[in-house]
Parts: sequence; C-alpha cells; structure tokens
Amino acid sequence: MAIWSTEASSGELTIKIQGRFDFSAHQEFRDAYEKVSEEPKAYIVDMKETTYLDSSALGMLLLLRDHAGGDNSNIEIINCNPDVKKILTISNFEQLFTIR
Amino acid sequence: MINGTSSIAPLEEPQEQLRILIADDNDSDRLILQTIVRKEGHTVYTARDGQEAIDIFRQESPDIVLLDALMPNVDGFEAARTIKQLAGDNLVPIIFLTSLRDATSLADCLAAGGLDFLSKPYNRIILQAKIKAFASMRRLHETVQRQRDEISLHNDRLIHEQEVAKQVFDNIAHPGCIDAPNIKYLLSPMAVFNGDLVLASRKPSGGMFVFLGDFTGHGLPAAIGAMPVSEIFYGMAQKGFSLQDVLREINKKLKRILPVGVFCCACMVDLSFRKRSAEIWVGGLPDVLVYRKNSREVECLPSRHLPLGVVDNDRFKTETTVIPLELGDRIFLWSDGIIEASNDQGEMFGEERVRQVIARTENQDQIFSAIEAAVEKHAGRGEQDDDYTMVEVSMVNEEDVGEYFAERGKSFLAGGPKDWSMTYELRPQTLREFNPLPLITHLLMEVPGLRPHSGKIYTILSELYSNALEHGVLGLKSDLKASADGFARYYMERTQKLSDLYEGAVKFLIDHHPVQDGGVLTIVVEDTGPGFDFQAKESAEHKTEGYSGRGIPLIRTMCRSVRYLPPGNKVEVVFDWHVDV
Repeated sequence: MAIWSTEASSGELTIKIQGRFDFSAHQEFRDAYEKVSEEPKAYIVDMKETTYLDSSALGMLLLLRDHAGGDNSNIEIINCNPDVKKILTISNFEQLFTIR
Repeated sequence: MINGTSSIAPLEEPQEQLRILIADDNDSDRLILQTIVRKEGHTVYTARDGQEAIDIFRQESPDIVLLDALMPNVDGFEAARTIKQLAGDNLVPIIFLTSLRDATSLADCLAAGGLDFLSKPYNRIILQAKIKAFASMRRLHETVQRQRDEISLHNDRLIHEQEVAKQVFDNIAHPGCIDAPNIKYLLSPMAVFNGDLVLASRKPSGGMFVFLGDFTGHGLPAAIGAMPVSEIFYGMAQKGFSLQDVLREINKKLKRILPVGVFCCACMVDLSFRKRSAEIWVGGLPDVLVYRKNSREVECLPSRHLPLGVVDNDRFKTETTVIPLELGDRIFLWSDGIIEASNDQGEMFGEERVRQVIARTENQDQIFSAIEAAVEKHAGRGEQDDDYTMVEVSMVNEEDVGEYFAERGKSFLAGGPKDWSMTYELRPQTLREFNPLPLITHLLMEVPGLRPHSGKIYTILSELYSNALEHGVLGLKSDLKASADGFARYYMERTQKLSDLYEGAVKFLIDHHPVQDGGVLTIVVEDTGPGFDFQAKESAEHKTEGYSGRGIPLIRTMCRSVRYLPPGNKVEVVFDWHVDV
C-alpha cells in the first residue's frame, strides 16, 4: 500500500492510492490531504491502482469529505475497479461523492 | 593487581551487587575464587559438593552459580540439572569450573545446562568479565520476563474488562426475540467487539422488527455505538413506532455521537405475519436475498441507502421496499464478513457462491447451515473469533411465533386514569407527517391493568387507522393487493397520494370506563371519505386469500363488537378486558 498526492496549479489535489486501502493507510491518507501547501479547491481520489477497500477506508473518505467542507466539498473518486466500485455502491457513496 | 575492578567496570556503570554461589570440593580453589569474587563486592555462598550447592541454592536462590564439574557425592553436572529445574522460568547462569581440557568434557558442561566454563587456574580478568556478562544476560532475561508478565497481566485485565463490558452490552444490546422460531442467526460470541449487532423485537401489532448492524472498525469504538442503537430499537419498537421512525431516530443519534468516519451499515426488516409482507430498508450492507419457497427463486434487494450515522436527518432517506411473502419464504441478511470471507489465496466467498449454495441445497431448512458450512470451508478456519454475521427470517403463521406479551397475573390496578374519553382529529398536514398510533397507545397504556392487552389494542387501532386513512381518505382500493405486482403498486400509490394530501381528516373517539376487575374500551374511527357498502362486504365475509383483507375479521375475534355506521365512513369497536386473576 502506498499513497501519494500531487497538487495541480489549478488548485486540485489528486490523491492516489496503490494496493489495499484499509486501516493501515489511516495516517498516510490523512497526511495526503492535510500536509498541503495551499487549501485545495477540489479533490480527486484516484483509485486506479487500488485493489480493495474496506469499511474503515469508507470512514477515511468521510473524514476527507468532512475536511473538504462536508456538504460543500468537491471530491471526485475516479478509476475504480469493479470490486472497489461495488463497495462504494453498496454504501451508496455516490450520494456523497462524484464517482466516475 | 587484585585491585583492578574499576579498569573493567566502566565508571559510569556502578558494579552490580550479586549473590554468587561457589561450589568446589577443593578448599584452596574455593578460597581463591571466594576472595576474588568478594573483592568485587559480591556476596558469596560456598558449597563443598553438589548436594550442598543444591541445598544452598534452594535456600538462598543466588544470582549466579559457579560449579566445579567434578565433586564427590553429587557432581557438578547433576547439580546443574537440579538447579536449573529449581530455577524454573528464572535464568540462573551456571558457569562450570573445571581443570578438564578435552572438548568432550567441556561440551558436557554445556549440555548439563551450564552457560559457560572457566578453566583452572583462574584468570581473574576473565572471571570478572564473565560474571559481568552473565549478570547483564540475567538482567535482560529479567526484563523480558517482567515485560512478559506485564503483558500477560495487561491481557488478563483486558479480557476481564471485555467480559464485564460484554455483560453490560449484552444487557443493553440483548438480542430480544431473536430466538423466535422463525429466525436463525449466526453471531460470534464476541460480535459486539467486532461491531456486529443483531436485534429482534416483536411489535405491539403482532409483527416483528429485525435489525442487523455492522459498525466500522473493531473493538470498543465499534461496540459503543451498539448501545444507543439497541436502546432506541427496543424502546421504539415496543411503543409501536414505524420502521421509518426507528431508523430516523437511530440515524440522528449516531450522527450526533459518532466521530466522522465511524458509521453503521444496517438492514432493518418489518415483518407482518398478518399481511404476509415485509418492509425492508438496506443501507450499506450486501444485498438482502429473498428466497421463495415455491419457485425456489432468489430475489435480491440491494442497498439503496447510505449507512446510519453518515448524514444528518434532513438528507437521510427511509424509502423502503415492501414485498409480499408466502408462508415459508425466507429473507437472508448478512454483514460483509460472509461475503468477504477470504481463502488463503485472498479470494472472497462472494455473493455468487452464496447463490450457488442456495441453489444446490435441496432441503430448504438447511440453506442457512449450508451457507455457514460453505463459508467456513472456503475460509478454512473454524475459530470462534470470526465475524460472520447472518440472519434468516422466515414467514410463518403468527400463532407460531407465540404471544407478544408474556406478562401474566393480576396487574396493579390502583391509581391512574380509568374513566375518560377523548377525541383526536388528524388533519392533512398531520396525516402526511405523523403516525398517531404510538401516542394513542401510550395514552391507553396509562389505564391501570390495560398494558397486557396492548398488542390487541395496537392491532385494533392500526387496522382501523390504516383503513380510514388508506381507503377512506386516500381512496385506495384494497383489490389492488390481490396480486404481488399490485401489492407493490398499492404501497407506491399510498406514498404518492399521502404526500399530495391536502384535504380530509381521520377522527378518533376513544372512551374508557372501568368495570369490576377490568374495563370497557370503545374506539370509534371516522374518516372524511364517502364510506363504503359495508353490508354487502360483511355478508360476503372477507376473503382471506391474496395479500389483504385479514384485518377486520381478525379484529372481530378480539373484541365484543365491530360495527360500521352509515354511510360506512365510521366504525365502532367495543373491547372488553379483564384482569386475569
């Protein structure tokens, strides 16, 4: 599991998660959006290389959402594989995030 | 020369005072050794043979033992073995003193439990260095041992705390009527600490609520949320609140108390034995499966909602799916532990395998255990600390699940309101947004002695109210409910028409007066609808086929009289009750 984030000049923060996204990623995921030079306008969570996510990962996504302004947040979750997508769908997270 | 201690022990590390046992049958050797060791500041015990060494060891339990290999009576090898036995878990370094030179003999010293040997004649520098090395080895061993004991103590305390906490949780998050004959469930004994929760409660109307919850995380944080969920669930179920009311209340509470990121995936089923139907809400749990007894087909109800505790109530949705059920139809609920149980290749059990197991299990009563067995076989472990949670709820006749109230005996009749009447009219806005039954039931339960009859009274109230609202005010036709399709359409139309309701009313007139050891309760429910041809309907007797029409005949069996009043928009029920003496 590895997480890294890149800030674009347009004010977007992209967080990439590689491997299993579970509780062990807790601190790293938090650092990815807390340790930024500037408050991002929008967030992109890139799950292209995410193989699995568990319920604590869903919790971490909610923490990000809260950090990014709750109902006013702008977060896209992209490139989910079918397993990951299924987990997001079961939890109906499309009501809270833009999932592409 | 003899005074060279400080050159070996660094100044900043003061020499540790040890208690050292020296066993040697040679008096001069013993004396030399004793002198050297004593000069180092250690306390010395001496023995002249193996037996004496063992005896002194038993009495004084010294820190290090210097043992001559060859001694009369009991030799050094045997003494070493006994001393090691006596020392048990403690590390007592044994150093053999020997003039033997051959490799075999030296190896024998170590085989007998010695950690090292020291050749005669003694070189005091080497002796001091060895004592020092073994003293620090002993300290290390002690530290490890102490830490081990602390961990074990800590663990014991943790287990004890968990046991106590579990008792508290069990008392609050008790599984209610989970042992009812129409329910099967699988829940690990320590489930509360892996965040899984199964609750079941009979409703005053005779129906049943079943709730399966799965909190994110493990341990205490996951367990804490179970308490308010359980309290709300049982408290509201008993008072006759609807599934929607209960879920909203739980969601509100969890959203308020849980930190962001902790939530409860859940599924709740409202089972009505009389209507032969189930109303189901799923938020964040794997698809609920409905198994049809006759066709052996499996329908699936996917999660349509966010888990509980994620959003505030203004965004929280309680749309449900209402499905008709035949006797013997089964509903399966599970936490993701079943679906995600992985084998050693990391491959999950998955929903497809669940369906395969269902399809190949001939005897329908064994589907539940077949799934359980298949999951355990797949995951390849038989431990108890797994987090497989699964519930099967089946449709049975109401008689088969037993009486709602087990309360018996003469109730406390003194005090309380016994002789009163009230009217309560509900206008459109209230009809749209409020369920009056819990309130009215609550009021009636204040009548001393009436509580054991709450199940029947709730049934009467809810049948009369839903008839008045659905047929009278909303104008829905119960014929719709004759087919499974129509059944679903009926409930869709009900929701639609209710949200568009701007005129009409339902009025309750309730009167209670006491008689010897009991009372007479009269309930009149009147609606603003046009009424219906009750005489024709009564003479035709209600049909009890299909999914409707069980209400009024059932009420007739419970009370003295049920009377429609012209033009058919008003019904009067008289309920006599007595205290069982």
